[in-house]
Amino acid sequence: MYALNYVKARSLEEAARMLASHPEAKVLAGGMTLVPTLKQRLARPSHLVDILQLAELRGIAAKGGRLSIGAASRHDDVATSVVVKKAIPALAELAGLIGDPQVRNMGTIGGSLANNDPAADYPAAVLGLGATVFTNRREIAADEFFQGLFATALEEGEIITRVVFAVPKRAAYAKFHHPASGYAMAGVFIALTRDGVRVAVTGAGPGVFRWKAAESALSKSLEPSALEGAALDASELNQDIHASRDYRANLVRVMAKRALAKLSGKK
Amino acid sequence: MAKVTIKVNGKNQTRNVEDRTLLADFLRDELGLTGTHVGCDTSQCGCCTVHVNGRAVKSCSMLAVQANGAQVLTIEGLAKNGKLHPVQRAFSECHGLQCGFCTPGMIMATVGLLKDKPNPSEDDIIHGLEGNLCRCTGYINIVKAVKMGAKLMRGKGKRR
Repeated sequence: MYALNYVKARSLEEAARMLASHPEAKVLAGGMTLVPTLKQRLARPSHLVDILQLAELRGIAAKGGRLSIGAASRHDDVATSVVVKKAIPALAELAGLIGDPQVRNMGTIGGSLANNDPAADYPAAVLGLGATVFTNRREIAADEFFQGLFATALEEGEIITRVVFAVPKRAAYAKFHHPASGYAMAGVFIALTRDGVRVAVTGAGPGVFRWKAAESALSKSLEPSALEGAALDASELNQDIHASRDYRANLVRVMAKRALAKLSGKK
Repeated sequence: MAKVTIKVNGKNQTRNVEDRTLLADFLRDELGLTGTHVGCDTSQCGCCTVHVNGRAVKSCSMLAVQANGAQVLTIEGLAKNGKLHPVQRAFSECHGLQCGFCTPGMIMATVGLLKDKPNPSEDDIIHGLEGNLCRCTGYINIVKAVKMGAKLMRGKGKRR
């Protein structure tokens, strides 16, 4: 790791000020991606601005059909939260599938979203549920937030403060995880929201995406067979040593069916 | 440089370290607590697992300054008055190891797991230890050891 200066922010405002005055500074939350990245010398920030302890980024609450999760909530906090389990059980389940227990004890929802790893789990839930990402400057709709491989709508120095989910009628997540890394080879989140069916896919493409063909198929029928005809262009999916494009396309369909089965209470 | 004070195994330890110092290196190099192992250094293997404020974390993926003011428990802090912790005893009795390199991390992860699930199923154990690798593949006895450790901690099967 290159030498750097660590600063523990005492308030969100102080963190924003630090980021503004040091253009090469980076936000540190749980550090589950950032610290390994630094160790490999793939990044060279001048400062790390630690926001993990900030009270402004804490707390999980459900009220009036909405679930609000503070950006510094650890995956384990979300996985075990009684409030989350009651409001959106699929979200608690998803959080419990991230990485491994040690990672879940440190990694945060805000960090995961800001990083937008193409195989991360949270982006699938946030996009699938059509959540809203709140920052220290504005609100960003999930449909605008994710912009492909490690890219988001966040501007320089912008910090995620919380994520607000509209509680869906039902939702389910199915993930085929890579056995070594725990990341999704394909993960599909299906939500029956007030505005219709949403299907978000992670792990398979260069970034989380909505599978629109599946959404329209499922809006007519929630039978697994409805997914058979839903078009999915494999040429746009990832290909690597772990899986070919066609294999991933098939996995997406299988995960979607599994999520659907969970949704219908069949599994 | 940063001045950090971390309560390690019940004792406050203050050192001046570089900001980039990893918690694992702080424990090993500054405090000489070499029971915390560094296996892969890429956050895969879990050999460096310690508890920070009661949560099992990988100390190779965390800076020492992040733990400033925190309570850290390492494998050296588990035994009390010369008496092994029940999970240590279980790993010893079940021979939950082959070369032993992953053992400190396995034990720290197990102690973390049993806090949440005092009576884990086989599935709970396998998933609960997903963050730890045994490259000797000695998993069968490790799972046995976790079951026995859980039993000992629940106050059953006392032997000594």
